[in-house]
Amino acid sequence: MTEGIGARVLRKEDKRFLMGKGRYTDDIVEPNQAYAAFVRSPYAHAEVKSIDASAAEGMDGVVAVLNGEQLTGDGIGNIICGWAVTQKDGSGMNMGAWSALATNKVRYVGDAVAVVIADSIEQARNAAEAVEVDYKILPAVAQSVDALASGAPEIHENAPGNVVFDWEIGELAPTDAALEGAAHITEMEITNNRLAPNPMEPRSAIATFNAAEDHYTLYTTSQNPHVARLVLSAFYQVAPEHKLRVIAPDVGGGFGSKIYIYPEEITCLWASMKTNRSVKWTSDRTEAFLTDAHGRDHVSTAKIGFDKDHKIVGLKVNTKANLGAYMSLFSSAVPTYLYATLLSGQYNISNIYCDVQAVYTNTVPVDAYRGAGRPEACYLLERIMETAARELGVSPAELRRKNFVTSFPHETPVIMTYDSGDFATNQEQAMTAADFDGFEARRAEAASRGKLRGIGFSNYIEACGIAPSAAVGSLGAGVGLWESAEVRVNPVGTIEVLTGSHSHGQGHETTFTQVVAERFGLPTENIQIVHGDTDKVQFGMGTYGSRSGAVGMSAIFKALDKVEAKAKKIAAHVLEASEDDIVIEGGEVKVAGTDKTMGWHEVGLAAYTGHNLPEGMEPGLKETSFYDPTNFTFPAGCYICEVEVDPDTGVTDIIQFVASDDFGTIINPMIVEGQVHGGIAQGIGQAMLENVVYDDDAQQLSASYMDYAMPRADDLPNYSVHHASTECPGNPLGMKGCGEAGAIGSPPAVINAITDAIGNNDLSMPATPSKVWAALQAASAKQAAE
Amino acid sequence: MTEVSMTVNGKAVKADVPDNTLLVQYIREHLRLTGTHVGCDTSQCGACVVHVDGKAMKSCTMLAAAADGAEVTTIEGIADNDLHPMQTAFKENHGLQCGFCTPGMIMTATDMVKRYQADGLELTEDAIRHELEGNICRCTGYHNIVKAIADGASKMTSA
Repeated sequence: MTEGIGARVLRKEDKRFLMGKGRYTDDIVEPNQAYAAFVRSPYAHAEVKSIDASAAEGMDGVVAVLNGEQLTGDGIGNIICGWAVTQKDGSGMNMGAWSALATNKVRYVGDAVAVVIADSIEQARNAAEAVEVDYKILPAVAQSVDALASGAPEIHENAPGNVVFDWEIGELAPTDAALEGAAHITEMEITNNRLAPNPMEPRSAIATFNAAEDHYTLYTTSQNPHVARLVLSAFYQVAPEHKLRVIAPDVGGGFGSKIYIYPEEITCLWASMKTNRSVKWTSDRTEAFLTDAHGRDHVSTAKIGFDKDHKIVGLKVNTKANLGAYMSLFSSAVPTYLYATLLSGQYNISNIYCDVQAVYTNTVPVDAYRGAGRPEACYLLERIMETAARELGVSPAELRRKNFVTSFPHETPVIMTYDSGDFATNQEQAMTAADFDGFEARRAEAASRGKLRGIGFSNYIEACGIAPSAAVGSLGAGVGLWESAEVRVNPVGTIEVLTGSHSHGQGHETTFTQVVAERFGLPTENIQIVHGDTDKVQFGMGTYGSRSGAVGMSAIFKALDKVEAKAKKIAAHVLEASEDDIVIEGGEVKVAGTDKTMGWHEVGLAAYTGHNLPEGMEPGLKETSFYDPTNFTFPAGCYICEVEVDPDTGVTDIIQFVASDDFGTIINPMIVEGQVHGGIAQGIGQAMLENVVYDDDAQQLSASYMDYAMPRADDLPNYSVHHASTECPGNPLGMKGCGEAGAIGSPPAVINAITDAIGNNDLSMPATPSKVWAALQAASAKQAAE
Repeated sequence: MTEVSMTVNGKAVKADVPDNTLLVQYIREHLRLTGTHVGCDTSQCGACVVHVDGKAMKSCTMLAAAADGAEVTTIEGIADNDLHPMQTAFKENHGLQCGFCTPGMIMTATDMVKRYQADGLELTEDAIRHELEGNICRCTGYHNIVKAIADGASKMTSA
């Protein structure tokens, strides 16, 4: 089987993208469409005293100028957060209201107060400039720590002290006691820098209200069109669910930022009804920086204790998580259940306590970005492990190995149950691939050229395949996290798979096809994957959290089970054999041990003609599955980064980057390696280049590609990617997930390597040449003083 | 309004457009050739690269009027029926994921290969990475794009 599970099948979707025939939202034109331009606050925090649209309304081509009072007046609901976190004291979150168009107050630069609908985009933008908004400017705050300080400006009146919630996990007293008795303590302050996700396709929406049918259609850049439809109808009351079709066509990357249902999509739908025109909006890049949910932005203190044998006895963490000006859809889950539950890492730690203060600031809302909470946990733990090894004077690899979890299932003190893994093998494989033993010789050789070499480890574990619906429900999730699939066998034997997963670069049209091809021995060209349209696909929870393999493909697998069972029944009847003797392989349906056979297409035809079916069997061959996962999955691995620093300039070159990952079963190694490459690139971007910068007035200073350092080809190395898999026991294909691993595992490896090279552990991300150079100067000054 | 006429993918086209119409707007909105993309507003990302008189240009950075009389080739025009060798190389080396930056990458890559071949220079990995300065990809980490361009260069030579 050259096109089945495990084969490096070239992608089915590539041809249309290569030929310029992809169909992204902004490529779509509706008859008589109008364009939306938003009037956005230039201030981070202000009262809206009045909006005067009279001049704008009179301008050429302007169809309407609409504001937040009209929007709420029409019953459009406030934007929700989909995960209710319970505070330490048992109370709920202090959630402030978020209207798609702000009414009395704006809370970040970019907060929309009105929208202009006009015949052309240029007319809309010109008129938006002419809308006069009278603001009373208020003091603003951008950093979580500053927002918690006494006297900080109050952003939402129902969130005193700007605290959204104060949450904890693990046991405080036993952790304190364990740390009290530790032979060695390592303490660190760790900042996880704020990032802008930056999929290359900016967000876009085109909404069409059909008054004759009282029906809405929305094309949008979404990772989860069904969730968008559900939320738009159930919470925002834009339209009832059966009167709203959401289509996410080709989507040019997401990385989390296209999970959420943003003000712009809500506004376009509503404006289409108000104006009786199709309304289109496409973000420009600066608008994307100002409105797409950001990621990370944690400030933490951490304390880890070891006994005299260097076994970890306890870990205590406090984190301040910046949630921005409003609570985005999964914002509450990211710094809690997607973060602190992974603080045990790959290690046996009996005592962990973490508390998290989630904080409102006058910044863009913060939500899940590739990895979502897990990169923050991994960075904290792997930085402190490397630091502890340096303090203890032992090998970082050995300190980790000594503390690895080695038997499964393993329950951590932070509610996760690891189901499988082989951390030592991945570490060994990475060390071999990186020629770790030869490093000191390479360091000496570099030193002879006046360069500083360093090497750094990161042993990550993460939780994917989210997640059992009952489990996430008990933790506060507002939705179930199953996935659905429908497998339709046509009368000629070709197959369509309708999936609730959404592909925006992950190659589902190829990998999902491979699973079907493997099952029936069919050529991949006979199989079509359909996704991204609520009128076609029954339902779906979408693609994020590396769940399309472990959850989405499991649903396909279960639907295939049902199709296979029915096909066998039909074949047994036609071939006059026992159902147990039927085997399906190579596109043939055979009676084992005989020459009796029928083609797969003949089974399809038999199912649809219905001329000769078993007594009582319904015609047709189409089956559905709603698959609910049994546990999270736990991809894990070891990343090793080797760098060379120029001490004169602080410029850091990555000499090699090695990854050894355990993703469970791999359907298509080519695609999996591509996912790892992209994840590592984003992780190196976080570690060395990327940073969202706000000034003291909470103005975003990094809102363009002139100012935000996107990783480019000559910033990055080639990657040496390896796998050492253990099968995941929790799903039928044994898959763990690979989409986020690279972004989770790589930042600490990079920073551990640079700090090793320069001999100064006091270095924050992004480690730009000027920061590295300053850290080098500080190290030499310290050395001189000693 | 300005009248512009040019040849796009071998076909003569003519239109009256507002003076400030960018070439990319003309290509996408007037000609409805939507393979050329817009990924930023500061001429950084390269999703909009087309060939103007045989040279790679960011079509967001020039007016349609400035291309008056020019020969323009977009991603839709680089191969007749099947794939151009560079397109094949991107497919075979998994040099694309979401596909949004891909047309610009391919237009930059074919231009790069032609320039290096014309100058008799070797297109090394370092050279490819340096030449990609003006094209941003967020999905692939560039590893496979660099491989694809090297492979595409040899395919173009042997083609």
